[in-house]
Amino acid sequence: MSGVHATARIGARADGRGGTALPVLESDGPLALRRTRGTGEEARVLLVGAMSGPLGGDRFAVEAEVGNGARLHVGSAAATIALPGQTKDEAHYDVRLAVADGGELRWMPEQLISAKGSDLFVTTRADLGADARLVLREEQVLGRVGEEPGRLTSRLTVRVAGRVVLDQELACGPGAPGGWDGPAVLAGYRAVGQLVVVRPEFHRAPTAARSVGEYARVMPLAGPATLVSAVAPDALRLRRALDEALTHVDIR
Amino acid sequence: MTRAALLVLADGRFPAGGHAHSGGAEEAVKAGRITGVTGLEAFLRGRLHTAGVVTAALAAAAAAGADPAELDAAADARTPSPALRLTARKLGRQLMRAARATWPSAELDALAGEFPAGAHQPVVLGLTARAAGLGAADAAYCAVYESVSGPATAVVRLLGLDPFAATGVLARLAPELDRVVDRAVSCGTAAPTQGVDVLPAASAPLLEIGAEVHAGWPVRLFAS
Repeated sequence: MSGVHATARIGARADGRGGTALPVLESDGPLALRRTRGTGEEARVLLVGAMSGPLGGDRFAVEAEVGNGARLHVGSAAATIALPGQTKDEAHYDVRLAVADGGELRWMPEQLISAKGSDLFVTTRADLGADARLVLREEQVLGRVGEEPGRLTSRLTVRVAGRVVLDQELACGPGAPGGWDGPAVLAGYRAVGQLVVVRPEFHRAPTAARSVGEYARVMPLAGPATLVSAVAPDALRLRRALDEALTHVDIR
Repeated sequence: MTRAALLVLADGRFPAGGHAHSGGAEEAVKAGRITGVTGLEAFLRGRLHTAGVVTAALAAAAAAGADPAELDAAADARTPSPALRLTARKLGRQLMRAARATWPSAELDALAGEFPAGAHQPVVLGLTARAAGLGAADAAYCAVYESVSGPATAVVRLLGLDPFAATGVLARLAPELDRVVDRAVSCGTAAPTQGVDVLPAASAPLLEIGAEVHAGWPVRLFAS
C-alpha cells in the first residue's frame, strides 16, 4: 500500500442559543481544519492543505455532517492541486456530506487543479433531509497555466430525502473516454464548474432556466434543487460566472 | 428472439420521431464547434461516451427487468437540462405509441399509464425491446447507435457534408460502439439486483448547456 490515507471530519450542531457548535473537528495529516470567525448563526471552517497533493496513490476523504438547525460554511485556504505521485496509482478524494432536516451547509472550496501526469478520482456525495439546505460549488481546472491536464474523473451525487436529484460524472484528460475535449463535452475550455443549490422552497417555486453571462446556465432539476453549469476558458472567468449565477439562485 | 425484430426496432424509419432531433448537433454547428468531418467525429465520440453510454445502460437495465419508475428517476438525475428532460419524455411518448402498436405488451401499457406525459426514451426503448423478444444487449445497441447516427445525419443536412464521409465516421466509431455496449450491458444487467446507482452518469457539459441555448432559439431546423 502506498500513498497517504487521511480522513478529516466536521460535525456541526445547533448550540441552543441561535448559533452553531462544532463538536467534531478532526484534522488528519495533510487535511487540516481551522475554525474561523462565523457570521451570526453560521459556523465557518477552513480546510487548510498542510501538504501538497493529492499525489498518485493518496486517498483523502472529508466528511461533514450538519444537524437540525445548524448552519455550516466550509471553504478552503487555497486551490487543491492533483499531482503525479511516485507510483502510477490513481489518487482518490472522497467528500461525504450529510445535512439533516432544518440544517444548512455551504460547501465552497477553492478550485481543483489537475496537473499534468496526475490521475485523480473525486467522489462527492451529499445526502440531505427533505427540508435541508445546500449550496455546493465544484470547480475543476484542467492543467496549470499553459500545461496539459492530468486525468480527472469526478462524480457528484446529490440526494434529497433519499431520492437522487443529481448524478453527474465528468471524465477528462489523457486516458479519459474519447471526445472529452471535443465539441460535445468541453471543446477546449479549460475550466468547468457546477453550483448546486437545494432549497425546500424550490418545491413550490422552482428557479427559472436562464443564462448568466457567456458561460453559465441555470438549470432547475427534477426536485427541490437547481444546478448552475458553466464552462470557461480559465479559472477566473469560471469563478466570476458562478458568483454571478449564485446571486440569482441563492434565495434565503 | 428474432434477429429481424432488432432491425425493425433499430431502423431509422421506425416511426418514433427521432429524425426531428439532432442530439445537440444543430447548436454545436451554429456555435462553430462543428465545421467539418473532423469536428463531427469528435462530437460523436464525446456524445457516445457520455449521453450514449448513459442511455444505453438505462435501456439495457429496462430490458433486463429493472423497475421502470426507478430508471426514469435515474434518467432525470442524469439530465440536468430541463430542455433535454422534456425532449427525452417527448421522444419516449412517441416511441411508446409506435411500440404499443407494433409489439403489444402489458408492461408497455403499464408504463404508459404511469407516465402519461412520457417516460424517458431509453426506458421505453428497453421495455420495447422486451416486448419484441429482444435482450439487454439489443436494447443497448439500439440506444448507442441512435446516439450517434441521428446527429451524423443532422450534420450532413446542416453543413451539406458528404454523406459518404459521415457514414465513414460511423463505421470508424463501430469498435467503440461495441465497447460502450459491453459496459452498458454489464451495468444495466446489474441494475435489477444492485439498484440504479450502478448505472453510469457520464455527463457532457456542452451538450446540457447547448440544449438550453437551442431551446431558446425562435427558429430551429431540429427540435433538439
